[in-house]
Amino acid sequence: MKGGTDRVAGSDEVTGPDRTSGTPILEGVDLVREYRMPRRSLREPGAVVRALDGVSIAIEEGETFGIVGESGSGKSTLSRILMALDQPTEGTVRYAGRQVSGTRERRLRFLRRDVQMILQDPMSSLNPRMRVGRLISEPLSALGIDCDHRDRVGELLNAVGLSDDVVDRYPHQFSGGQRQRIAIARALAPGPRVIVADEPVSALDVSVRAQILNLLTDLAEQFRLTLVMVSHDLSVVRYLCDRIAVMHQGRIVETGDTEQIYSDPQQAYTRKLLAAVPTLEGDLLNRYARSDA
Amino acid sequence: MSGLTVENLVVEVNGQPAVRGVSFELDSGGRTGLIGESGCGKSLTALALMGLLPHGVTASGSVLLDGRNLLDLSDKEMCRVRGNSLAMVFQEPMTALNPMMRVGKQIAESLRMHRGMDRAAAGRRAVELLDRVRLPEPEQTARKYPHQLSGGQRQRVVLAIALACDPVVLVADEPTTALDVTVQAQMLRLMDELVREEGASLLLITHDLPVVASVCEEVLVMYGGTIVETGLVREVFDAPRHHYTAGLLASTALDSVDGSGRLATIPGRVPSLGQFPDGCVYRNRCPRADEVCVATPLLSGDEPSLTGDLAVSQIGRRAFACHHPLHDDRVGA
Ligand SMILES: Nc1ncnc2c1ncn2[C@@H]1O[C@H](COP(=O)(O)OP(=O)(O)OP(=O)(O)O)[C@@H](O)[C@H]1O
Ligand SMILES: Nc1ncnc2c1ncn2[C@@H]1O[C@H](COP(=O)(O)OP(=O)(O)O)[C@@H](O)[C@H]1O
Ligand code: SF4
Ligand SMILES: [Mg+2]
Ligand SMILES: [Mg+2]
Repeated sequence: MKGGTDRVAGSDEVTGPDRTSGTPILEGVDLVREYRMPRRSLREPGAVVRALDGVSIAIEEGETFGIVGESGSGKSTLSRILMALDQPTEGTVRYAGRQVSGTRERRLRFLRRDVQMILQDPMSSLNPRMRVGRLISEPLSALGIDCDHRDRVGELLNAVGLSDDVVDRYPHQFSGGQRQRIAIARALAPGPRVIVADEPVSALDVSVRAQILNLLTDLAEQFRLTLVMVSHDLSVVRYLCDRIAVMHQGRIVETGDTEQIYSDPQQAYTRKLLAAVPTLEGDLLNRYARSDA
Repeated sequence: MSGLTVENLVVEVNGQPAVRGVSFELDSGGRTGLIGESGCGKSLTALALMGLLPHGVTASGSVLLDGRNLLDLSDKEMCRVRGNSLAMVFQEPMTALNPMMRVGKQIAESLRMHRGMDRAAAGRRAVELLDRVRLPEPEQTARKYPHQLSGGQRQRVVLAIALACDPVVLVADEPTTALDVTVQAQMLRLMDELVREEGASLLLITHDLPVVASVCEEVLVMYGGTIVETGLVREVFDAPRHHYTAGLLASTALDSVDGSGRLATIPGRVPSLGQFPDGCVYRNRCPRADEVCVATPLLSGDEPSLTGDLAVSQIGRRAFACHHPLHDDRVGA
């Protein structure tokens, strides 16, 4: 389980992460994650799926980093492992230079406070039986953070653009966009340094999506957050992220500056992915047909 | 040539109108987009066409196909129409599939029921259809259960079932919202090809404007249960006349920001059913609203002959329901 010295075939094709600015805030080295599928019969053990196949990634403090790729490429698996919510089969994860993979949960208190998560469907991440006030203050109590929870909840609600008189309402009494604001307020509560957002706007209308993207941009600046954004929507990632990593079949096939990758993709897979994005110009079917050939 | 004509369709949920007098025409071989934010009545419109409205929800007006008003048909007759002329693809493919039945069998059952094919012929045709929607190894795929397929593959099976009846009209309600971009592009291309080849008409419902731009030639913009703008996609997206269309387009464009680096948004949110303002439905969110907007604007075009509520035969032409249309300067240019 430990280690990180074994080289994984193929990982050297990848452009190495930029290490000019010192210790990355979040770093994964040679990550492998295997899942065993349920056995198909008594004699046949389940097949092994390699969800991550030798991934190295370094995220610098203060940047917005995008992880893109098609469904099943391993984006969510990678983000969970980076947050130490799941353990890699091989490889190491470090947060600000400290190893967090293979570390016992009770020694990860600092990580649970510093790194927060936002998910695609706020309805499934917000307990439907808790009022908004409780939902937002819960991480504070859970982490034993000492402050006036009432004040803090009010502050956070204002930061995400909700009025503080909503504290007594339940999640189902809000629209999708408002629920995502509540989820963001909850993530901000413990004062994190890093937020990992897995498809945070995929379930939202375009109009609401723009509101939430504006909010995330503002908050990242205001709270000096490092933002890791997992998405298959390349237009969203292009808008929000400084750097991106493109994943395909459990590997990072290309990583670098967002604008550079969008304007001059080096890998065939990246080109195919970019060609598949519909645009208002409506030339998708031609472009995609070409990239297919 | 007209495939399906909808006239003054009203859909009521417990007596509250959710779709309020909508008219449009779907031409054979035509691809029409129906766009708008959630809660604007898109799905209810689609379900009304299909005769699939849930309990407690009723439709009036007319949905004309081959000279018959589908809203007057009995459940049994409507079921036959669905098997022979109309087909629908839903956002979540699992709702349309039987989890306990192999996918090949599901397609074959539909062929046997609606086409009266025998078992062997239906089985062969099912495999052909799976091949048609570009599923790899169609024979093997036919023997799989829905849970053994990925989301994109399942959606293709649903499309194969829809095509089994050679539909005159295909209604697709957010068919690619749950799919990633590469699978989405394949699905869109497939629907586009099939509609072109079969001469069916497509009604594509989505809140994703680039998807409409990619597939459709005409677009209907829906807000508050009414059509607020319609016309050719090229014209509507190039120069929207209604402020709602303009708002949707602006918030879609993630490549342009204002001076302080912010994306354009539509202020406020879609009101819940029964909470839309009278007069112009968009009045409480529109940046251009004034006292004139208290009166309900008609859906009409610029040419004098088109002012007054638009007759169905004139739809497909450019029309919008706004007292202060945008791009007024372009008129006559
Ligand atoms: N608990 C699990 N058991 C077995 N296989 C799994 C498990 N979780 C993920 N996988 C597999 O690992 C691969 C990567 O999954 P992951 O959820 O990381 O994809 P993703 O890139 O986030 O996709 P999406 O865009 O659909 O969310 C897939 O093949 C998936 O089926
Ligand atoms: N079965 C139903 N019961 C009650 N209200 C409904 C039902 N279906 C839809 N509505 C309401 O009708 C309006 C239009 O819904 P819908 O057609 O689903 O919108 P869209 O597809 O544009 O998102 C919404 O306010 C929605 O909440
Ligand atoms: S009629 Fe008035 S409120 Fe409605 S879109 Fe036009 S300007 Fe705005
Ligand atoms: Mg995922
Ligand atoms: Mg809908």
